[in-house]
Amino acid sequence: MRSKISFTKLRITFAAVFAVVFAAAGSFAQSDGSQQNQTGKAGTFAIRDVRIVTVSGPVIEKGTVVIRDGKIAAIGAGADIPRGAEIIDGEGLSVYPGMIDAGTAVGLAEIGQGANATVDVAETGNMNANAKAIKGINPHSSHINVTRVNGITTVLSVPTGGLIAGQAAVINLNGSTQADMAVVPEFGLVINFPRVSLFGGFVPGVGRRQIDFREAVKRRDEQIGELKNVFAEAERYGRAKDAYANDNSLPFPAVDIKLDAMLPYIRGERPIIFTADRERDIRAVANFVGEMKVKGIILGGQEAAEAVDALKKHNLAVIFKNIYNLPVREDDPFDYFFTTPSVLARAGVPFAISTGDQGGEVRDLPYHAGLASAYGLSKEDALRSVTLFPAQILGIADRTGTLETGKMANVVVTDGDILEPRTNIKYMFINGRLIPLTSRHTELFESFKDRK
Amino acid sequence: MKKHILKLTVAAIIATFAVAGFGQSGDILIKNATVLTAVDGTKENTDILVRNGKIERIGKGLNGGSGVRVIDATGKFVTPGIIDAHSHSMLDAINEFSFSVTSMTDVKDVLNPKDISIYRALAGGVTSALLLHGSANSIGGQSATVKFKWGHRAADFLIPDAPLGIKFAMGENVKRANSGFQSGQEPRYPRTRMGVVETMRDAFVRARNYKKAWDDFNAKKTRIRPRKDLELEPLVEILEGKRKVHAHGYRSDEHLNLLKLADEFGFTIGTLQHGLEAYKIAPEIAKHGAGVSIFIDSWSYKIEAYDSIPYNAYILWKNGVLVSINSDSDERMRRLNLDAAKVMKYGGVPEQDALQMITLNPAKQLGIDKRTGSIEKGKDADIVIWTEHPFSVYSRVETTFIEGVPYFDRSADLQKRAELKRERERLEALEVNKPPASGGTSPRIPSAFRVEDRDEADREGGIH
Repeated sequence: MRSKISFTKLRITFAAVFAVVFAAAGSFAQSDGSQQNQTGKAGTFAIRDVRIVTVSGPVIEKGTVVIRDGKIAAIGAGADIPRGAEIIDGEGLSVYPGMIDAGTAVGLAEIGQGANATVDVAETGNMNANAKAIKGINPHSSHINVTRVNGITTVLSVPTGGLIAGQAAVINLNGSTQADMAVVPEFGLVINFPRVSLFGGFVPGVGRRQIDFREAVKRRDEQIGELKNVFAEAERYGRAKDAYANDNSLPFPAVDIKLDAMLPYIRGERPIIFTADRERDIRAVANFVGEMKVKGIILGGQEAAEAVDALKKHNLAVIFKNIYNLPVREDDPFDYFFTTPSVLARAGVPFAISTGDQGGEVRDLPYHAGLASAYGLSKEDALRSVTLFPAQILGIADRTGTLETGKMANVVVTDGDILEPRTNIKYMFINGRLIPLTSRHTELFESFKDRK
Repeated sequence: MKKHILKLTVAAIIATFAVAGFGQSGDILIKNATVLTAVDGTKENTDILVRNGKIERIGKGLNGGSGVRVIDATGKFVTPGIIDAHSHSMLDAINEFSFSVTSMTDVKDVLNPKDISIYRALAGGVTSALLLHGSANSIGGQSATVKFKWGHRAADFLIPDAPLGIKFAMGENVKRANSGFQSGQEPRYPRTRMGVVETMRDAFVRARNYKKAWDDFNAKKTRIRPRKDLELEPLVEILEGKRKVHAHGYRSDEHLNLLKLADEFGFTIGTLQHGLEAYKIAPEIAKHGAGVSIFIDSWSYKIEAYDSIPYNAYILWKNGVLVSINSDSDERMRRLNLDAAKVMKYGGVPEQDALQMITLNPAKQLGIDKRTGSIEKGKDADIVIWTEHPFSVYSRVETTFIEGVPYFDRSADLQKRAELKRERERLEALEVNKPPASGGTSPRIPSAFRVEDRDEADREGGIH
């Protein structure tokens, strides 16, 4: 437990470092598609006379939020302001939990097209259970600042390549190192679940060839068979490992880093994130999850609304990332994807709304949720779909996703409804640190706004 | 053939229900709305009387008389139809890749009036668009300025008195910087920004020579009639101020090079398209007099997009540049109202100026502002009714009118869904449309295929 005095000293030190770093912000811009991200200022803060949108309970029209030691120390109309706290006047402002996007590649991809050197999303090969997104994340990606200054404090960064793509990481959008950012460094195993694909290659001069539907189903089933073989192999490997741990006289099972990485997932200790969009593919995932007795999450979920029975039966949550997508079929209703979240909500399927973006446009997360609300989702659920719901799906609802005492202080202060595009972010905290509202964009803006 | 039966039937049903329940006369009276005029502020509890497709009166307590359909818009918001100054909707081909100068081509030759993107855009409040050739070429094809008259023939989409236009492009796409070459294939000239600007200069020198030859012939200085050149004719129209140049580009240096080239040949650029770094040279753009049509906040998808900032619109606006916000995307086109809202967030442009960036300003850039782009007496009744303020994320389009005729109406759409679903089930149950149990192929999905084909074209050549 720190004494009050040393804490104050610490604050001063941080403030001094912050001031120096902040002043030099522009000069840190690097040419490799990254920049030195400012990590903000630690301390004790009290946001006073602010409208508190707790998400966990009713809105408190006027109250105080106290942030200390990286946590929400107190909250409510009668919360005491500790001596020495930095006071933020919240008159006319609202405070929200930081938003969470559970389907991005933030930190893994800087410039998608024509700059492969900045892209670390997809490893080559089909079996990369040991590939960890947290090891690829660039803490100095310029996407991080651009995203967080719109109120997004936490994301899931998801690897995408091959059949078993690797492990997704839950990160806070602040920190100088991967470890600083990690919330759940190895959260879930990403499996691009085999799809029924009619694509049969290109024929020169003709274009795409389609294959027979039954043939496509057969191919899909073969790939699922291969996946099951990997699960079975990992299971045998795990048993041998456990047996050896109990009895050293048995032959030592050679360590296999790929199978080793599978163990917590095949044993249902951690979730497997299955990418699946079409109804038949979502149902196939549901069957697979039931048969293999694993914990599953659907990432994508285009036709999740058609498969609510299967999703509910197998406790599958959906990370829905299609609000900014066009309906797939020509005769789908024009608002097909806009209405999906409301269908899932009514059916009681747990879901979160995600941008599905690699990085640059993750800051639009609130508008994805807002559009779902324009087409049927309640405003309350729209807000939850980018705060509490993703926190629940990512297993971090005890730490973030709402404003409650004891939670990690991922806190955003706005001058309006956080889902509205005209709303401005006035202050934000990640892990209790007051984050400067600067980014590559504000720096370029400052450089050129007054050029004559 | 069976695929076409499915496609056409579905399209016909959509076309039918889009306009069902409304008269086609273009005589309407919108009552008691909050009207965002885009020129004369916001008017509460206001009526708009439309006759023969034109706005006849704006005021309170208006009476239309018999034959006029009255729409109660109490609690609703009304704006001018949104105009997208950069779209590739309706185009069955986007890039003619063979040469870097393809001014003889014209997207008007490949308009598909049954593109479902049209209906989806109407559902987002878009009524007009500039349809552009792709950006693979220094000088691309001729453009089309259209209203989204869903259900009509392609020819009816064209705005008859809209000025001519043409697509130019600079930068990565023209250089073919991100497109691989198959073995044995010669790289196409130009491959650098140096070569791009010289390709354009060469074309304009040839156009000037060509014009001289015709001028001499017409002045009877020579009796030898010059040979007609379909590549150079549109460029002569540019030199004569009869055709607007819409020039794709990202970097500020290449924009400046184009403006200099235009100055050299004595014409003004219509719009710099995308202009992701236009904010760096806003004073120069203002001086030249070009408009700029931008994405509000797309960035970082390629190297030349890395310096794009969402404050671009604000800086250009502050410098007096005519700015519009475009989509360049069938998806994004549906939510340009929210892009305009962001103009207010990033820099604090006033509401009406922000609204103008998706209405009146693109109308000016396309040269159709005398007839559309604002809610004013005498203009075409291109009007959108919204459930809430159009800059609110919770807002939804109720009805989209073009010249007083509803081309999208949400309640009509909802009413027809059950019927459409039954029709779809009936068609899918037909023997010819069943997924084959063996052999053959399953029915393809026309729009999905077309979109994929377009993506392929993008990888091949970059359409943006």
